[in-house]
Parts: sequence; C-alpha cells; structure tokens
Amino acid sequence: MDWKNVPSPDEIIDVGKKNFNDFWKWIPAAIIGLFILIGLRGLIYSIGPDEVGVIQRFGKYIDLSSPGLHAKIPFGVDKVTPIKVEKVFKEEYGFRTIEPGARTRYSSGNYQDESLMLTGDLNILDVRWIVQFKIKDPVKLLFATRRPEDNIQDISEVVMRRFVGDYTVDEVLTTKREEIDDLAQQEIQRILDTYNVGVHILTVKLLDVNPPEKVRPAFNEVNEAKQEKEKMINQAWEEYNKVIPKARGTAEKTIRESEGYATDKINRAKGESARFLATLEEYNKAPEITKKRLYLETLTQVLPNAKEKYIIDAQQKSILPLLDINKKGGL
Amino acid sequence: MRSLRLIMVIFAVLFAAVILSFSLGAVYVIEEGRQVVITQFGKPVGEPVTSTGLHFKQPLIQEAHYFEKRLLDWDGDPNQIPTKDKKYIWVDTTARWKIVDALKFLQSVGNEMSAQGRLDDIINSATRDIITSHLLAEAVRDSNRILETRAEGEDMIVTDEALERIEVGRKLLESAILEKAKVLAPQYGIEILDVRIKRVNYVEDVRNKVYDRMIAERKRAAEKYRSEGQGKSAEIEGQVAKELKAITSEAYRAAQVITGKADAEAINIYAAAYSQNPEFYSLMKTLETYQSTIDGKSTVILTTDSDYYKYIKSLD
Repeated sequence: MDWKNVPSPDEIIDVGKKNFNDFWKWIPAAIIGLFILIGLRGLIYSIGPDEVGVIQRFGKYIDLSSPGLHAKIPFGVDKVTPIKVEKVFKEEYGFRTIEPGARTRYSSGNYQDESLMLTGDLNILDVRWIVQFKIKDPVKLLFATRRPEDNIQDISEVVMRRFVGDYTVDEVLTTKREEIDDLAQQEIQRILDTYNVGVHILTVKLLDVNPPEKVRPAFNEVNEAKQEKEKMINQAWEEYNKVIPKARGTAEKTIRESEGYATDKINRAKGESARFLATLEEYNKAPEITKKRLYLETLTQVLPNAKEKYIIDAQQKSILPLLDINKKGGL
Repeated sequence: MRSLRLIMVIFAVLFAAVILSFSLGAVYVIEEGRQVVITQFGKPVGEPVTSTGLHFKQPLIQEAHYFEKRLLDWDGDPNQIPTKDKKYIWVDTTARWKIVDALKFLQSVGNEMSAQGRLDDIINSATRDIITSHLLAEAVRDSNRILETRAEGEDMIVTDEALERIEVGRKLLESAILEKAKVLAPQYGIEILDVRIKRVNYVEDVRNKVYDRMIAERKRAAEKYRSEGQGKSAEIEGQVAKELKAITSEAYRAAQVITGKADAEAINIYAAAYSQNPEFYSLMKTLETYQSTIDGKSTVILTTDSDYYKYIKSLD
C-alpha cells in the first residue's frame, strides 16, 4: 500500500459528510419512487374472461368485478380473489384420472375405501362415479364455508351411499343407474344449499359399477345362465316353427284331398245315374228282349275269357266229380 | 421546491403512523368469514367482534384472537361398532359445525384443534349409541322400497336377511345422532349443524362371509335361470305336440265331414235314379259284375237250369 497518499481522518469525514448529505437529499425521492412503483403494481389488476373478481376492502366484501382490466386501492387495502365461474369442475370417486386425453389413463391405485359400499340387500358393490359442478355464487363459496371442496366430497359420498343402500345389487348394476344419478344430483344440491356452499351440481354419473373382484365370476355365471335360458327357449321356438307350419300344410292337403274325393264321388254318381236313366228309357220300350239280349251279349263276351267252363245238371248235388286230381297244386 | 418537501414530509409521517399503528396493534382487520375476541392481559374485553372491516383497539395491551365464522367440517376416524343384530361394521361419520359464541369458545376450548377433539368425543359417542340400538339394515337402507318393489312382483335376487322391514332408515339415524350430539355442543360455544353417515362397511372377516354369501346367492340364481330355460323349453315342446294333434285331428274331422257329405249325396243320386227300376238295375249290375269278375283264371260252372242254359234249352 502507498502510505504517502493516505487521506487524513478529517478528509475522510468530509467525504463521508458530503456523501451523507447527498444521500439525505435522495431519500424522499427514493421513497416516493418506491411507493409509486408498489402502488402501480397493486393498482391495476385483470379478471379473466371466465372469471369474476371478489373485492374485499380491509377484509370486508364490497363488490364483484367483471372480466377485464380494473383499478383498486393498493397497499393491501383492497384484495381481489378471482373465481372461475364458467369452468366445469369434476370430482372423481373410486378412481382418479392421471392423464386426461384421447386415451385417458386412470390411476391403478386402490380407492376401495371410497368405492366399496353396501347395497340395500346387504351385498357389497364397487361403485365409481363422478360429480360435475360449477360455481354459482363466488361470495358464498369464499365466505360461507371454509373448505367447499371437502363439503362436496363428503356430501357426494354420503348421498351416493345412501341411495345405493336403498337399491339392490342388480338394480345398481343395470336398470336403476339413471334413477340413482338423478336422485343423487338433487339430494347433493339440496344438502350443499343448506350449507351455502355456492356451487351448482351439473351432473352426477355412475361410471363403473362392479361386484367385488372375488364374487365377479359368480356374477358372470348368472349372465351366462341367462344367455343359456334364452338359447334354450329360442331353440324350442325354432322347433315349433319347424313343425307347426308343416303340419298346417299337411292338414290343408288332407282337406283338399277329401274335397277332391267328394267331387269325384258326386260326379261319378251323377254320371252313372244319368247313364242308367238313359238306358232305362230305352229298356222300357222293350224290356224282355233287351234283357235277354244284354244277358246273352254279356255271356258271349265273358265266357270266352274263362279258363274252364263246366255245365252240371241242376239235379247234381255234389260237385266232387269235377275235382281234377291231376291238377298241379290241387288236392 | 419547498412545498414538495412539505408533501414529502407529510407523506413520510403518515406512512410511519400507519406502519406504527399496525405493528403496535392499534388497528386490526377482520376478513369476511372471521370474528375476533379482544382480550386485555388475557381477560376478554366486550363482546366478540363479528362485523368485517377495519377496527381499532388499544395498542400493546389488547390482543385480538381470530376465529372462524364460516361453516367448518369435522371428519371423524371410522369406528368399529356392533349393530343391534350383532353385526360388526365400520361407521364413518362427517359433521358440520360453527363457532356461534366466540367468547365461550375461547374460554372453554381455546382453539380449533382442541375443539375437534371435543367434537370427536361428542359425535363418536352419539354415533355409537344410535348405531348399537338399531339393526344393520336401518343404517344401510333409507326406506322399504326394495320390499315394496318386490311385493309388486319384480323379479329380484334378495337374501332373507336383507328383507327386514325397517322403521327408521339412514336419514333418520343421522338426525338422531345430530339431535344427541347437538345437546352437548353449546357449552363450548359450538353449534353442530349436521351429522351424516359417510361410510358403512363390514369389518374384514364379515366382508369375506358376505362375499361367500353373494357367491352362493348368484349360483342359486344361475341355477334358477337354467331350470327356467329348461321348463320353458319343455313347455314349448308340449305346445308343439298339442298344436300338432289339434291340427291333424281337425283336418281329419273336416275331411271326414266332406267325404261323408259326398257319400250321402252320391247315395241319394244313385237311389233317385235306380229306384225308378230296381229290376233293371239288378240286371245291369249283375252283368257288369260278370264282366268284371270273370277273367282268364276263372272257372265257370253253369247248372243246366241257369238262365244261360235255359235259353239254350229253350232254343231246342
């Protein structure tokens, strides 16, 4: 160090004094500048298009502000809390979505505490559902209850379990799902309104409802048995449809055939009687000779055909002499 | 320049005053949803302050105690409780409460933490009392709608155990617990507004038994469907046989009627014609019979007094 140019203590004090005076001159300006800076930062705030701002002055709620740029009193006098009033919030029960998207992934974690519940017939079901809601009253949301999200969570569980507890396993699994959805939505809304939570329940929807893992095969067996039942009935009806129409056809055939027989019979009778009457008319003109003629004509026609002819005396009482013992196959 | 300086000084003084009054505690703020009890050397001063905004108190010697004015939640640990029908279940309740008398609250419990502890005692014991004096079905179901739907003839698979008719139901049990718990809360400056049964579940070993029962129930149902299928199938088979018989016999009957009528008509026609001369008819028929009966295999025996011979004789 160079000892020759060392300033005397007086000099040092002088320099310090000068700096100090300069400093004093700048302090008020610095403070004002600081105030303006902080003030400007706290003076202006903006509310997003899907939000509403809740303004409190010294902690007291005074007004709501609509979307856009606004001014407020800085330095912690006015406090603005933006609340998303357009957004639809979703709560999940019995499962959690890890990554929403086209192929949503669900947490494989175990939420059985949430999802296992008793049904009205004292069985156990694994029920998963969602609740969607919007904020309808930001003031109530902030100031009526301390933890609105916990209220929604608790009451959803309370209500869903109460309704599932009033239906049978089969009803919850199949036919009454929508009924439960609707009833639960109304009931959750009703209870939350008594708490003044300030939310509007949009939907309650049962998603996966399953029997617990251990009993699932037995449930599947019932479904299979149902299918089997249907199959057996269908097969029986198939047989019915194969047999009955055919039988009807056959019956129709029998009737038609008998009708044919009838026509035939009557036509023959009519024809034959007409023939008879026609010949009778001529016969009546000369009965004796016609009779003889017909008789003889017939015999003339018939007798030559006969294999053997015998003429025996009317007095002959026995026909034994006629028996040809030599005849093959004879006695 | 001088006036600017003055403004600066005034500003600085005001700023210092504000900082000072806040830090020494002359001014305090009550936010929406809060309330305050002022104490002086630990002794409460006046009524609790419930209006929001800016308030003043004596600095240094007075202290502000903040309490919630909003609805608060209480969530107990699940309790293992036996029901009246000796079934062990886990019951998980949730409640809503409020600090209604902040002064009494401060004096009796002091803070929320210990208040939660008191609520544990009050609500858990009320829950236990109510649950143990009711059947399991009362804690699960809320109405007799299953019984009613079943009475209407809906096809259901239900165990007899579950068909106990209930008189109270879950909602009323909740009200009963609330009524019971409510009584003890005012001494702490607390009001219990709502108690709800959140979860009711079987304890582990009962749960396994229930699973077994469910399996047995389902097997029974499956068997029922199968035999229903067989029954219905047999019924249809019978129907087939029945209809088949009806169809064929009806056709037979109709055919017989038609045939009979035709036969009768034919007889009538023949009779009308032939009765005009029965003798001629006999002749014609006899001759016709000869024609059709005598063929190459026939042997004809004529007696000498037959007509044929008679003619031959008479021709002599």
